[in-house]
Amino acid sequence: MEIVYSIKPLLAVLVSLIAAPLILLTGERQKNLREFWTILAAVIKFSIVVSMVPLVLDGKIIEYTILPIAPGLLLQLRVEPFGMVFALLSSTLWIATSFYSIGYMRGLNEHAQTRYFFAFAMCLSSAIGIAFSANLLTLFVFYEILTISTWPLVIHKETTEAVRGGRKYLLYTLTGGTLILFSAAMIYSLTGTLDFTPGGFLAGHGTPAMLTLLLITLILGFGVKAGIMPMHEWLPTAMVAPTPVSALLHAVAVVKAGVFGCLRVILYVFGPKVLTDLQLWLPLAYFVSFTILAAGLLALGQDHLKRRLAFSTVNCLSIMILGAALLSKSSITGGILHMAFHGFMKITLFFCAGAIYVKTHKEYVSQLDGLGRQMPLTFGAFTIGAMGLAGVPPVNGFISKWFLCLGALEAKEIVFLVVLLFSALLDVAFFFPIIYKAFFKKPLDDVNPHFDEAPMFMVVPLTVTAIISVGLGIAPDAVVHFFKITTLAVNSILGLGAG
Amino acid sequence: MTYEHFAVLIVIVPLMSAFAVALLGWFKRWACYPLTLAALFVSFICSLGILNTVISKGTIHYHFGGWEPPWGIEYVVDYLNGFMLVMLSFIALVVAIYSKRSIEQEIPEKIVPYYSIFLLLVAGLIGITVTGDLFNVFVFLEIASLAAYALIAVGEDGAPMAAFNYVIMGTVGACFYYLGIGYVYIVTGSLNMADLSQLLPNLYHNKAVLVGFALFTVGIAVKMGLFPLHVWLPDSYTYAPSVTSAVIAPMFTKVMAYLMVRIFFTLFKPYFSIDLIPITQILTWVAAGGIIAGSILAIAQTDLKRMLAYSSIANIGYIVLGIGLANRMGLTGSLLHILNHAFMKGTLFLVAGGIMYKMGMRDITQFRGLHKKMPFTMGTFTIAALSMIGIPPTGGFFSKFYLVLGAIDARQWAFIVVLLISSLLNAVYFFRIIENAYLEPPVTAYATDGGTHEEIKRDELPLSMLIPTLILAAGVVLLGIFNERIIAFIIRFAVPASF
Repeated sequence: MEIVYSIKPLLAVLVSLIAAPLILLTGERQKNLREFWTILAAVIKFSIVVSMVPLVLDGKIIEYTILPIAPGLLLQLRVEPFGMVFALLSSTLWIATSFYSIGYMRGLNEHAQTRYFFAFAMCLSSAIGIAFSANLLTLFVFYEILTISTWPLVIHKETTEAVRGGRKYLLYTLTGGTLILFSAAMIYSLTGTLDFTPGGFLAGHGTPAMLTLLLITLILGFGVKAGIMPMHEWLPTAMVAPTPVSALLHAVAVVKAGVFGCLRVILYVFGPKVLTDLQLWLPLAYFVSFTILAAGLLALGQDHLKRRLAFSTVNCLSIMILGAALLSKSSITGGILHMAFHGFMKITLFFCAGAIYVKTHKEYVSQLDGLGRQMPLTFGAFTIGAMGLAGVPPVNGFISKWFLCLGALEAKEIVFLVVLLFSALLDVAFFFPIIYKAFFKKPLDDVNPHFDEAPMFMVVPLTVTAIISVGLGIAPDAVVHFFKITTLAVNSILGLGAG
Repeated sequence: MTYEHFAVLIVIVPLMSAFAVALLGWFKRWACYPLTLAALFVSFICSLGILNTVISKGTIHYHFGGWEPPWGIEYVVDYLNGFMLVMLSFIALVVAIYSKRSIEQEIPEKIVPYYSIFLLLVAGLIGITVTGDLFNVFVFLEIASLAAYALIAVGEDGAPMAAFNYVIMGTVGACFYYLGIGYVYIVTGSLNMADLSQLLPNLYHNKAVLVGFALFTVGIAVKMGLFPLHVWLPDSYTYAPSVTSAVIAPMFTKVMAYLMVRIFFTLFKPYFSIDLIPITQILTWVAAGGIIAGSILAIAQTDLKRMLAYSSIANIGYIVLGIGLANRMGLTGSLLHILNHAFMKGTLFLVAGGIMYKMGMRDITQFRGLHKKMPFTMGTFTIAALSMIGIPPTGGFFSKFYLVLGAIDARQWAFIVVLLISSLLNAVYFFRIIENAYLEPPVTAYATDGGTHEEIKRDELPLSMLIPTLILAAGVVLLGIFNERIIAFIIRFAVPASF
């Protein structure tokens, strides 16, 4: 494949890294200027990422070497289709989240807003860095920066509960980090390289036992952020964070970085050949299937809206990894697409939860009776997101789930088809009661039966993400070509020609 | 004048200035500080000249008074001590710049002798590093040790007792070393390291040589505070004046580590230390014990300086572990960690001194709200702490990475586990402080609507203290980012060729 050398990927990472100190220096005194930096950086970052899409669609790879970081290892950025999907997702949703954050933070008159926006910008830099990392060490560098810069967001409220959530978060993610570090060092010592290669680079190295161990440590390491059970515990606890953070955590940066890492490991480090030869894909698929079902069932029992959404996230993340683990063309397509599409749907749902909280200070599902009359736009968007996650056409979730189901058939493992369908049923079971309550139940006393929405800064972003979800469901290849890029990625992984 | 004279000037200038400061102090107290700075600055320039000469022209040999070795005293500088010299003189200079305000506050009546002894300490440490003569090492070791006892003894209440403990232990260590010289001298009749390394291989089975080697090892281990011979260290670091801790912690133990490398791999051939007497193997286990014990004990502390002292014990463990692994990666990690740890521990002790200066306390449970009071100081603390934990792209991550690679190359799985676990333990005790410092002071009724906190006034350190701290913290990050350059240009050649 043709390689283009360009500084653009570095710029995409740097934009928000430069914005971060500006935000810090501007501070609380000039709020509007501070928010201006956030929005400006978000828009520039998006433009840079989008400007690289045509090259990627042409089958080219964009590379930029920052500097050598260890003997034989480079701190290097490389834009190829798979990373592009993640970068597009993050940079698009950052814009939406930025607007929404402004509404949320000001709507609640939150404290420490400067720290909040600073950490947010840092997170996004590392997310793009993760997307464009050319090797495992570069990925790890950004991954750890992400871990640390998310921590101030988790403890934002500074209550005992928040601090405890923050500790748990650090304990889990830093432990995961050390596992990744160990695996990276092992792989480097086995092969002398850490460069991601479509289809993997571990073939022919190491003993089967060693490779199995490495797969376990890597999946456990990245799986912490991806919320694979039993490492998911931090995720519902981290729900104490402000809602835009939860949205960012659960739809964009953190958990997706975990999934992205797992997919990189499965598809670009080990590769289908090694995993098939060693018969490792099947145990992996069973392992994540357990999470899919268990998280779905646990979600049923949650009354706290954000916790319910958190378990739904745990469920979806494992679905993506299942797609990759099944190793068939359609399942990988479905997994990668679901990574992108889930972002839009889940962020809509979290935005809705936040809008409800800002407007009414309600956090529990049982309090939502009749609220749909007061906030029709919010609950309309919520309905779209929920439908999407359950796989109802024409929302984008249908497309990714369709490919996942096809993939399960291609892999000739009917079990996983059943898992996927049952999990879709569970989605219906835990989301639709909310919609039913909001629209059809008799309003509670404190509900204003007339149109009385959350601030515009919040309603517009959540409407937009809902509309995008539907739009991507009807035309998955619109504007930024998610579908085409995904196909390119899958073809390169499976070693198929263009087309 | 040729460049070779730098090798002498770097010792002579601070040594003579020590006397000059003492004399001048009788007449002009204010002149002590600028004179100290000037002397250390000259040393620093010399060290750069030396390193430059080593890189361009190879090892420097300087013969005192023109006497040919092995009869005369010889100074030898190669890559290994070349980079040590730059590090030592740089840290000494930065800490000296910082010292003014802190000393004036903590020990106002002893400024003149303090600076005089400070210079003696630096001269002693540099002397140990630069000389190529076994006995000359002992002379400088005594100069440095006596200076260190004095610098510690002038501290707060517990300091004289701590210094007394240190005197006892330190003297025992020095005696062991001295006896070692005696044994080696009896059988060889030489004191020149280069000469000895030629003479000794024929005598490797001689009992006197073996005993001498054992005495060297134990003596150095005591002086460097290697677990379980560390008992003098925590008290000394805790009760000493802030500046003393900030100069002894990064420098003294590192020079001892350097001496260990010299004796193991230059004075004796590597195959002696590795194969004939498996001392390196024994040391790895001792070091591993130190890493774990130091980290756990650090968690138990509430006094910031005592905690840092225990963390030093753990970090000495890292360095010795790398030496003990006795392969290229391990020793690279070890040497890099000498450098990194000097910078990060320097930063941390400077911050501890700064907090002491402003707040008059070191109890980490009272750090709440410090980030508002001293944002830059706490920022540097955070950077150094992240480096201690091993978060990329700070320096601490890379030295740990090479140590892990070294452990893998040596097939020592247990040490990988030790290294990774200690990272997590570091995270525990450093995040405890970061958490305290970045949270608001506790308020009885927390309200989400902000503005309920008492406004904390910014009260940053004076620039003469802040700028040195910032410089060291910047060094922590730069050492990480450019670690590959440092390895490629310097450390690669400092590791014995046989590795």
